[in-house]
Amino acid sequence: MSNPLVDMQKPDVIFCIGTNMTECHPVAATGIKKALAKGARMIVADPRRIRLAELADLYLPIRVGSDVALLLGMAHVISREGLADEAFIAERTTGSEEFRKHLEQFTPEWAAEITGVNAADIEQAALLYAGAERGAIYYTLGITEHICGVDNVKSLCNLALMTGHIGREGTGINPLRGQNNIQGAGDSGAIPANYPGFQPVVDPANQAKFRKLYGREIPAEVGITKVTALDRCGEQIRAMIIDGENTLVSDPDRKHCQHALESLDHLVVIDLFLTETGELADVVFPAAGFGETDGTCANTERRVQRLRAAVTPHGQAKPDWWIISQLARRLGIDGFEYESARDVFNELCDLSPIYAGLDWDLVENGEYQWPVPERGHPGTPILHEGEFENGRGIFSVLSYRDPAETIDDEYPVWLTTGRRLESYHTRTQSGRAHGIDYLLSEETLEVHPDDVSAWGLEDAGWCELASRRGAVRVKVQATDRSPRGTVFCSFSFNDVPVNILTGSGYDPVTQTAELKVCPVRISKA
Amino acid sequence: MIEKDDSRTMILDGVEVSFTPGETIYEVASRSPGEIPTLCYDKRLDPFGGCRLCVVEVEGVRNPVASCTTPASEGMEVRTSTEAIDEHRRILLELVASENRQIDVDPLRGYASQELTELVDRYEARTGRFEGARSGSSRTDDDNPFILRDYDLCISCYRCVRVCAEEEGDHAINVLNRGFETRISTEFDGSLKDSDCTFCGQCVQTCPTGALGDRKAMRYEGEPGNIEKTRPICPYCGVGCSIDVMTRDDRIIGVQPAMDGPANLGALCIKGQFAYDFVQHPDRLSTPLIRGEDGELHEATWDEALDRAAAGFKEALEKHGAESVYGVASGRAPNEAAYTMQKFIRAGFGTNQIDNCSRA
Repeated sequence: MSNPLVDMQKPDVIFCIGTNMTECHPVAATGIKKALAKGARMIVADPRRIRLAELADLYLPIRVGSDVALLLGMAHVISREGLADEAFIAERTTGSEEFRKHLEQFTPEWAAEITGVNAADIEQAALLYAGAERGAIYYTLGITEHICGVDNVKSLCNLALMTGHIGREGTGINPLRGQNNIQGAGDSGAIPANYPGFQPVVDPANQAKFRKLYGREIPAEVGITKVTALDRCGEQIRAMIIDGENTLVSDPDRKHCQHALESLDHLVVIDLFLTETGELADVVFPAAGFGETDGTCANTERRVQRLRAAVTPHGQAKPDWWIISQLARRLGIDGFEYESARDVFNELCDLSPIYAGLDWDLVENGEYQWPVPERGHPGTPILHEGEFENGRGIFSVLSYRDPAETIDDEYPVWLTTGRRLESYHTRTQSGRAHGIDYLLSEETLEVHPDDVSAWGLEDAGWCELASRRGAVRVKVQATDRSPRGTVFCSFSFNDVPVNILTGSGYDPVTQTAELKVCPVRISKA
Repeated sequence: MIEKDDSRTMILDGVEVSFTPGETIYEVASRSPGEIPTLCYDKRLDPFGGCRLCVVEVEGVRNPVASCTTPASEGMEVRTSTEAIDEHRRILLELVASENRQIDVDPLRGYASQELTELVDRYEARTGRFEGARSGSSRTDDDNPFILRDYDLCISCYRCVRVCAEEEGDHAINVLNRGFETRISTEFDGSLKDSDCTFCGQCVQTCPTGALGDRKAMRYEGEPGNIEKTRPICPYCGVGCSIDVMTRDDRIIGVQPAMDGPANLGALCIKGQFAYDFVQHPDRLSTPLIRGEDGELHEATWDEALDRAAAGFKEALEKHGAESVYGVASGRAPNEAAYTMQKFIRAGFGTNQIDNCSRA
């Protein structure tokens, strides 16, 4: 997030797109509800009539995967109506002329055709957001899990740059991260393109720095992503270590994923439970988990916070850092003589520019939001104040693309997937918490009541859902949360392995899977 | 005319104190020693003035005023504790206590559950002078596994209703009837499951009498030993809510929100509040596992498992080169896990064959 969570109470216009925040980030959503109670107005763009849509002043029921068209249409209106913040554009951005020329063709009528939203509502959304004193954008995986995920994010950046809704209190471009330390995993360098602290591996200076730190040459070449690695299992990739991820159930195209992991010569899994992924491993290590380990993590607003052990780990379980270090030592790899999580974190702070001003003792009360570039620095709750990291904000000239697969006679229904309030991911944890089953004991497919009858289904009856990659059986739930022609299912329940169906395509830049769009065929089962 | 200078002073129990315009007497007094008692007050919520325990004497004003709703003003002289005020508070507490089935509740019921008990003891109000009719009626029919609705102990402070509306924004619970007949209810007076309740537990944690209780934690009521609290971060989404994990004898028995958690300021959702006990689930892996000749996974010692894991990577490295090894770090494990994983790959194999689960 460019802005802190407390800022969610401060915008006068809120634009939520591709985020089911009341279910997936309920505590963050309380900030938005407070802003609304104080008189803020809210635009919500989402294919489903989720709770946020009910709270919205303006709800835009867009067709799945049509976000870029909506955002181009809005940008067109902002430019045409003279609502752009010319002073901000002149002072802090570059490429606006070409961008605004490019926008001329994307009328709201054009966007309406693609998104299925009224042109008048698209105009209204543009006027609302651009007319705000403090306009803030919030998004989640509904924006990124598309083949055009990067274009979606860039389109949101374009809107913020045009209107100057960035770098100030109560504004910004704010992705809500979905996992407790998904931010920290990137911060810590567990990505193929960057050393810890987002230091690019392709920069020779960084290469030299880490040659010295790690005592060996590492190529100035970006590694392959997990998606590519899974594609190459059994060929280039022969041995894999997976920490705390139930890849088989959470990743797209389950058959492909299973085949990939089974093709490995050697698979090591570290987890709390014997997951479906662990079942395929050669070695499974029991990890100490929540409440059992000391450590640090970074949340969605870049706040570095302490984890503390409250009880001794279950059985012989050990902290992940200990397991990985022991493995490294057995392979004769130097630099793994850690005695505590503190040792590891302090090393990370020493070599990461964004954590440089931190150490174990300083994060005791979670007061710092990175970047904290040096000792004594107060941290950076709001990014891009005064100037952008790379100088000027760059407008992106981009166009709408169809999803990887679109509906046709054979697969005439849009399936979109996500999470529900009471369950989390593949339920390895929430599914083992007492009482959760009382509220959510099984998966259902959310279908519009008119489609239930039009397709010959029955509410609470079974159906078969098939895509180009496979089929699953699931119980039907008639609800007008789903629009006509679009159905929803979560990926939480292993007996409805919806990721057998997904995996139609990947964003060419990030290789994020298009989990939010999958044409399917539905029949009574 | 509004004066520019925003610092004012008043006399609080004979001492001059400063305040900023807009502050209530209670807010000013809460910075000084000598705690004004309250039952309907939660600093996150709008002042309510319902319980009348926080009344104070103001010089020149005939009747005592509720300090939680009365703004401080320049030169105001306030007495927070006098014989008359304390007597008023004692009688009020005796009356409140007389309407409840019990005063003492297990602290596992909720974060604020001891407030009434503590005040009754502080004002020696356990007299039993006003035995009589009791208000409230417990909803024993609501069988949800999370929130006990023991309204026999309700004192109509409305904190649950207000926290649900003001903090959570859900308006799932409301007030039925008035006066002695007041009841806390939901739409159509049904069970919480059939209301807009999201089971975030905020009502439980603000209840000052234990009328609302954390049913999961209450499974451990009455067991011997002290409750200890430790503060990690919730293990679910990326908001990063601080929570206080309650333990007894090396066992997690419940969770309470950290009221000063920087990301959540006391708020939690159903998962942070109630979905913690996977940690002690019998399905947890207790030992390392190794795949045997028979194709099955078998329990192994750490030495055996580490050796086997290392051998597999060594073999891949020797036969297929460093590029054949790949590491996937977790977005659910701490920074230290991700950091050591990337170092394992980079320092160990000299490649950038490392990723985490953020792409799916």
